[in-house]
Amino acid sequence: MATETTASTASACVGPNGSAIGMPQLCGDWVWNQVFWLVLALVAIYFVLTRVALPRIAAILAERQGTITSDLAKAEELKAQAEEAEKAYEKALADARVEAGKIAEQTRAEIRAQVDEAQAKADADIAAKTAESEKQIQEIRASALANVEAVAKDTAEALVAALGVSADKVTVDAAVDKRIEGQR
Amino acid sequence: MAENTAGAHGAEAAQGEGGGLVFHPMDQFIVKPLFGDGAVHMFTVTNVTLWMALAVLCVIGLMVLGTSGRGIVPGRLQSVAELAYGFVYKMVEDVSGKDGVKYFPYIMTLFLFIVFANFLGLLPMAFTTTSHFAVTVVLALAVFLGVTILGFVKHGTRFLELFWVSSAPMVLRPVLAIIEVISYLIRPVSHSVRLAGNLMAGHAVIKVFAGFAAIAAVSPVSVLAITAMYGLEVLVAFIQAYIFTILTCVYLKDALHPHH
Repeated sequence: MATETTASTASACVGPNGSAIGMPQLCGDWVWNQVFWLVLALVAIYFVLTRVALPRIAAILAERQGTITSDLAKAEELKAQAEEAEKAYEKALADARVEAGKIAEQTRAEIRAQVDEAQAKADADIAAKTAESEKQIQEIRASALANVEAVAKDTAEALVAALGVSADKVTVDAAVDKRIEGQR
Repeated sequence: MAENTAGAHGAEAAQGEGGGLVFHPMDQFIVKPLFGDGAVHMFTVTNVTLWMALAVLCVIGLMVLGTSGRGIVPGRLQSVAELAYGFVYKMVEDVSGKDGVKYFPYIMTLFLFIVFANFLGLLPMAFTTTSHFAVTVVLALAVFLGVTILGFVKHGTRFLELFWVSSAPMVLRPVLAIIEVISYLIRPVSHSVRLAGNLMAGHAVIKVFAGFAAIAAVSPVSVLAITAMYGLEVLVAFIQAYIFTILTCVYLKDALHPHH
């Protein structure tokens, strides 16, 4: 076989026209070449993977997992914070409402008190004025009565004098008083 | 030797016809030196070197450059890298168990190499490294020897309980043990042939259809068939990488928990 291979045909498995004789897969001439380069390629891939690629990808995946986990935790926390804030807001709102009610009530009470006070004062003023007026009327009436008495006594004395009857002043006054007493 | 010469003459005859159908579906699998055309020795830089190097570069591009942003919100490439990571990690964890996660980098290496070699092989004019038994056998043997040694290191001779089906009746156990041992030993074969065979067959079929495209009458059908096959091969490229990886996980599980 070796004698048949010419310089141009590199192997016993290749014919002189360059095409394969039989299955190239079964050609023994090439086996060790393939094995050598295969082992080299596998070792190269193995080292690239174990030294660089696989640790890097594992780190990336772990980092991503960590980021996702921490993000979820952060989201949970933020949600709790939001709920707390909402609760606080609602509580503030309710408080404000209660406070407003209280203030309104207080103001109302104050105003009512003021009104009551003013009314009481006005009533008192009216009462005082009324009392004073009554007193004045009383006084006027009293003085009027006194005047009437005096006029009556004077008139009676004059009449008695005119009639020519002498009568002392004291007797006339007493008689007039008696008459007035009877009139009342 | 006689067969080879006959094949060579046959090929010559096919070419000699001129204008007739020329099928060279297997030529795409030829290993040749990248520079010049001498013989292929162990350290010769060949098309195997080129396409494996491209696979390595793709892995670096996806897994290292793609994740260089280290974004909490990933970009496109980083998403794919993370998806690949998660996909294989979950597979290892689900199939092999929690203690299998320790071997995740090895399985990830296998998966990424196979998946990129498969997809690069789908490029026109590409050389599919994973269509060669020499490659897949090394991959499968690495898994087989790895899990077998691991099993014995972890469990000592109790690892052999894997073959002793304690749930079966006593009479059947020796028979089952023989079957179990044979099926265990056949694992690297099926593991490697499945991958290489699928890829080789698909690529060869595409080439055969491509040969038919030379005939004007059937070329539309041929082109459609190539398109359909290509779609299927895209599927196969991923599925075979997935199958290889998940079987590795299953074997690893057997090594870690050999008790039935």
